[in-house]
Amino acid sequence: MLTIKVLGSGCANCKRVEQIVRKIVKEMSLEAEVIKVTEYPEIMKYNILSTPGLVINEKIVSTGRIPAPAEVTTWLTSALEIA
Amino acid sequence: MTTLSTSSPPSSNKLLPLYAFLAIVIWLIAYNLIQPFADWISYTVLGFAHASRFGESLAFFLYDVPKILLLLSGMVFAISILRTFFSPERTRALLGGKREGVGNVFAAVLGIVTPFCSCSAVPLFIGFVESGIPLGVTFSFLIAAPTINEVAVIMLFGLFGWKVTGLYILSGLVIAIAAGFIIGKLNMERYVEDFVWQIKSGAGQVLDEKLTWNHRIERAWDSVKEIVGKVWLYVVVGIAVGAGIHGYVPESALVGIMGKAAWWSVPAAVLLGIPLYSNAAGAIPIASALMEKGASLGTVLAFMMSVVGLSLPETIILRRVLKPQLIAVFVGVIALAIIFTGYLFNLIL
Repeated sequence: MLTIKVLGSGCANCKRVEQIVRKIVKEMSLEAEVIKVTEYPEIMKYNILSTPGLVINEKIVSTGRIPAPAEVTTWLTSALEIA
Repeated sequence: MTTLSTSSPPSSNKLLPLYAFLAIVIWLIAYNLIQPFADWISYTVLGFAHASRFGESLAFFLYDVPKILLLLSGMVFAISILRTFFSPERTRALLGGKREGVGNVFAAVLGIVTPFCSCSAVPLFIGFVESGIPLGVTFSFLIAAPTINEVAVIMLFGLFGWKVTGLYILSGLVIAIAAGFIIGKLNMERYVEDFVWQIKSGAGQVLDEKLTWNHRIERAWDSVKEIVGKVWLYVVVGIAVGAGIHGYVPESALVGIMGKAAWWSVPAAVLLGIPLYSNAAGAIPIASALMEKGASLGTVLAFMMSVVGLSLPETIILRRVLKPQLIAVFVGVIALAIIFTGYLFNLIL
């Protein structure tokens, strides 16, 4: 079971990251919970300076940009191997 | 603070540097063909006379649109490559421990090269002040970053030349340094929303990516697509209006209302610029045509800085972390600094 968090207060780019992540989770038929984190005190716990941020199992993998789907697939695969 | 290293998946495309090189060659050839091509279409193919108003406007439009779009694509690519070497996290580390004064200068300069989107102004603000960077230094960054942005600088360079671009960058830096320094001296920490001071950043892992050249090229290409995709329509419309002014408005028609002698034109230009934020790409070609018809440089520069630097959306975003008093000071200090710059250039140039 993976926990994936999208950090960002509802900006357009944050929504696109969430869409990409949900699509890939579906394609890989992963057991994963995708959580949107929109409150700043909660976002800042991850010590990021630019949104959107992507967190997989409490590890930051990307900030301030929309990652390519291939990147997200690789991150999710390696998170599965560790877990 | 520990650093977390993550490698993005390696890009498998070995030919990418070759494609980038070919793109540069094609770019250079295209850039040198624009002027003859625009003249050929306007005067030979469509047969307008050289001195005709419509012919002049059309040749101006057909030259400026491809020129600016090519400049934007090429230079956004180059600037984005440069920016992959910087990140807000590295900038914060560089600013840590700097005192006010020196810190303001560093923050303004780093504001130019650090990748920044006003949508991230809040996490950046919180992350900076929470790590102990003085409020005024943080503001110097937050003023310089949007004011001296790639689209504005490239379009100024394409339409006004390097001297005006240099003046713009220099005044933007001075305004960011001075306004940040003044806000710092006003000791306004209590006008930052209380929750900001209560935030404690977590375990402190900072993402530090190891990027290969392929990553840098791919990310730069992504920003070209994103930025040019966002502004091209404003560029076309702005240049169309500019071309109309170029062909139809008589020489020196604007000296009376936008020239040096019209003292009220500087504050009026600043006020007019505030709501035009997202249209910076459209405002610059119009400003360029206005200057050709007698508007003075100080007035035009003040207008452009107000369009880009005093942005309504960013102010609304910052309201999440700043109390109204500090928002008012933030806007007021920048507006006064821009007005001062406008008068200064009208006086000395």
